[in-house]
Amino acid sequence: MAITTMVGARIHRREDPRLVRGQGRYTDDFVRPHTVHMAVVRSPYAHARIRSIDVSAARRSPGVVAVLTAADFKPVIAGAMPVAPAFVPEKKQTPERFPIVEKEACFQGEPVAVVLAEDRYQAADAAQLVQVDWEPLAPVMDLEQAMRPGSPTAHEGAPDNIGWDLTFNADAEAAFAEAEVVVEQRIYQQRLAPTPMEPRAILAEWHSGDQTMTVWMSSQSPHFIRLFVGGALGIPESRFRVVAPDVGGGFGSKISPYPEDYLVPAAAKLLGRPVKWTETRTENLQNATHGRGQYYDLAIAGNRDGKLLGLKITQYLDIGAYVGTFGAFQACACLLPGAYVWKQVASRTVGVLTNKVPTDPYRGAGRPEATHLVERMVDLFAREIGMDPAEVRRKNFITEFPHTNPFGLVYDSGNYAGALDKALQIAGYEQFRREQEAARAQGRLLGVGLSTWIEICGFGPSAATAPATGGMALTESAQVRVFPTGSVTCYVGTHSHGQGHDTTFAQIVADALGVPYEQVEIRHGDTAEGPSFGYGTYGSRSLAVGGMALLTAAGRVRDKAKKIAAHVLEAAEEDVVFDQGQFYVKGSPERRKSIQEIAFAAYGAGLPEGVELGLEAVAYYDPSNFVWPFGAHICMVEVDRETGDVKLLRYVAVDDCGNVINPMIVEGQIHGGVAQGIAQALYEEVVYAEDGTLRTGTMLDYAVPTANEMPPMTLDRTVTPSPTNELGVKGIGEAGTIAASAAVINAVCDALAPLGIRHVDMPASPDRIWKLMQEAKA
Amino acid sequence: MIPAAFEYARATTVQEASELLRRYGEEAKVLAGGHSLIPLMRLRLAQPSALVDINPVRELDYVVLEDGRLRVGALTRHVEIQRNPTIRENLPLLAEVADEVGDNQVRNLGTIGGVIAHADSAGDYPTIAVMLDAEIVTNKRRFAARDFFQGLFTTPLEPDEVVCEVVFPVARGPHRYVKFRRRLFDWAIVAAGAQRLDDGSWRIGLTNCGPTAVRCLAVEQALAQGVSPEEAAEHASDGLEPSGDLRASPEYKKHLARVLTKRAILQAQ
Repeated sequence: MAITTMVGARIHRREDPRLVRGQGRYTDDFVRPHTVHMAVVRSPYAHARIRSIDVSAARRSPGVVAVLTAADFKPVIAGAMPVAPAFVPEKKQTPERFPIVEKEACFQGEPVAVVLAEDRYQAADAAQLVQVDWEPLAPVMDLEQAMRPGSPTAHEGAPDNIGWDLTFNADAEAAFAEAEVVVEQRIYQQRLAPTPMEPRAILAEWHSGDQTMTVWMSSQSPHFIRLFVGGALGIPESRFRVVAPDVGGGFGSKISPYPEDYLVPAAAKLLGRPVKWTETRTENLQNATHGRGQYYDLAIAGNRDGKLLGLKITQYLDIGAYVGTFGAFQACACLLPGAYVWKQVASRTVGVLTNKVPTDPYRGAGRPEATHLVERMVDLFAREIGMDPAEVRRKNFITEFPHTNPFGLVYDSGNYAGALDKALQIAGYEQFRREQEAARAQGRLLGVGLSTWIEICGFGPSAATAPATGGMALTESAQVRVFPTGSVTCYVGTHSHGQGHDTTFAQIVADALGVPYEQVEIRHGDTAEGPSFGYGTYGSRSLAVGGMALLTAAGRVRDKAKKIAAHVLEAAEEDVVFDQGQFYVKGSPERRKSIQEIAFAAYGAGLPEGVELGLEAVAYYDPSNFVWPFGAHICMVEVDRETGDVKLLRYVAVDDCGNVINPMIVEGQIHGGVAQGIAQALYEEVVYAEDGTLRTGTMLDYAVPTANEMPPMTLDRTVTPSPTNELGVKGIGEAGTIAASAAVINAVCDALAPLGIRHVDMPASPDRIWKLMQEAKA
Repeated sequence: MIPAAFEYARATTVQEASELLRRYGEEAKVLAGGHSLIPLMRLRLAQPSALVDINPVRELDYVVLEDGRLRVGALTRHVEIQRNPTIRENLPLLAEVADEVGDNQVRNLGTIGGVIAHADSAGDYPTIAVMLDAEIVTNKRRFAARDFFQGLFTTPLEPDEVVCEVVFPVARGPHRYVKFRRRLFDWAIVAAGAQRLDDGSWRIGLTNCGPTAVRCLAVEQALAQGVSPEEAAEHASDGLEPSGDLRASPEYKKHLARVLTKRAILQAQ
């Protein structure tokens, strides 16, 4: 038999030849006849009231078909934009958000009018002619200021700026009372812009004849968009099709619905012509949801022998002007315990409204924050008691699984010390410590940082997720169709926009059905195809949940094929063996039927009684638990004593995501994820001026690092299968980002230790470090 | 990119470019490599009425050594400055500066004349021009570089005036340009250039430390008096009033000016 095992095979991504040759099809590549192009007029103020809007000059501008404002959209878009309750069932304030400003703009960039013209240039020209009479209001831009009594409010007439204030565990007093050592620290995490390579884009076409809407858009979750936008426009799901074709990255910023997601289809319906809008890079930096933007007051308690006892956190989270649809998913409180055993962990999260674009999940969403905090605090504790940070970790690792953390979450499996030991060995940790000592004697600042990260992913069990989303379980669906000659098409409810699902999912199905990998087609992103609902891709869920849905559907197909094979082989079903695409009777492998032959039979005559024609199946998979990947990252740095510049010397990552379907794709995810974590640690920051003007509106100012800035990376893995699913898989899409910022900053702080510097916030830019060095001297 | 509407015309000679500029008037702009102009147009921060494209003007693309001076045509691309043997032999500092400009795409299109005419104090060539007393030649006049850079993005160029050439002295001695930035393709946060001339004297320049490129006379004089590079470099920030930005405070820029000047002198070879 020529068929080999595909699961675990290191094969190239099958989508790459198409994408690298420019043969991808992104939303902006789609062309419909008679399309009008939309430009959005946005608020130049962070906070201002509209006195009046004069669109007459814009309307007279060449090529303009229409200029629409809130008054035009109010009759056709019902309700407000959705907000998932998340972990915060009782929010104090959730400001209502209509897709276009009617009276009060609450962040710079909020839409106030749209111009529709025959071409994109005419639309942009006319947008400059829309005259808005603004009455500027005081903006609130700073989190700490926003919480002070008497602060301006992000929305006029609001009592304060508190979106939520929720305590998960109030009490850690016993642990702190018995501790010999307590270390406190305030830590800031800057706002980040997700910056996908492809900005957002939408093309909507309304057919008045059959009253159907088709929307092509750059999205991670087309079914959610159909649900939300179709609902608001009063178009049933049966007549509302959303297609997310090739999508150039999302990183969380293409999950939630945006104003334009409503405005473009609504305008298409109002005008009776297709409408296209493609975001500019500056619009993307200004209006796509941001991530992070938080600070925390933390305290860690333990004993001088290295035993950790307690941890306390208050998280202050910059929500922005509105609560993002999944904004509260950034609450990181419940993951703060990390990889360690604690006596008590107390946690409170406060969501604060400001006049900025809303924050929403960004690669990791809560988990990079939590990892950074616990890993920094463990390092600060280790330094306080004078113990090697690797030793403190080893003394406190969770070693027995399943483990229930202080917030009731159940870790499925792990071998934390195994990953750490392997990473230390690869990195040559002991040797580096000796080099560091020698370098310090010469006045050079070398540092090494650890991050023994864990995360929760594979969202998720319906019992946990449906209440968090407001009713929709984050389970997953798949459909497997075997055609009469044996080729296979699979429809999945996840969406691939860089993850390589076309490859990994085909590997799984090739093995499950014993068909050639090349004959398995994976389709996703079109709500008109496949199962009735899909949940999209985010939170490293696609394999552990979507992959399992696919495996389940393939299993149903195989079971049915076995029934037919037994009939064809004139044997009892329980005597039939399925082996790499061949059915035969136990003990007689020479007399066999291939799955292709059985597929052909499945569409023919003479099927056994009770077996329907056809060979296809749909499955919805509801996992019994989340999955819990983990690993150990080590970063080595040298800080320039004169300039404060951080040079990354080496990066080692040992990760464990359970069984691996395709090692090359896992490594690609780690490389990219670590790069994004390094980006937060050293480079990127969204900056607003005090008046609310975004200062990082281009890629010149918003410093996304490139391959040039990346250190040499050495990757390895341990394999601890998840007991939660049959594939034994976890997730790896966010792991690099979750782990990396802590490893880098711990290394920087370790390097700066001889100068008496305890902590460095992100981004650890040279001017920030130089300032700290000046302060330490003084 | 969705810029505002503009007229477009190609010139094949300097004469023709000047005539087109006169015809289109004050709101017209010269298009060379476009690496500063086009980003501004993309953001609509610049909305020129017309672009006069001088890329076809072959007479502006040359490098010649004449009477001990190095004449570099305005349309010479960074990649040519990087690789040109005449430049590498007679003013290797300039080639090394070109090595450090942007990335491949930028170096393949960007021109020295464009950088000079744009007069951004974060540009690298103005620093070399000012510290080495280069001359800037237009279709109408000649300027000493120190007179040409009047302020941030400000030059004495008239609407129909085109930068044609930059004339550098030959300097084959020890030299170094130290460019401090976060990402490889970034503009300098601060950069320092050092060049030793044949008579043993030093020329020192700084990038992005004020509205224009800076020549550090105080450092040059200290070195002439035999002070050590470390001590001399302490004068690099004398009189500097750099503006702060997202990447660096004024104090940090002044600190960098001193550190990078020291490194440029010590590393010069």
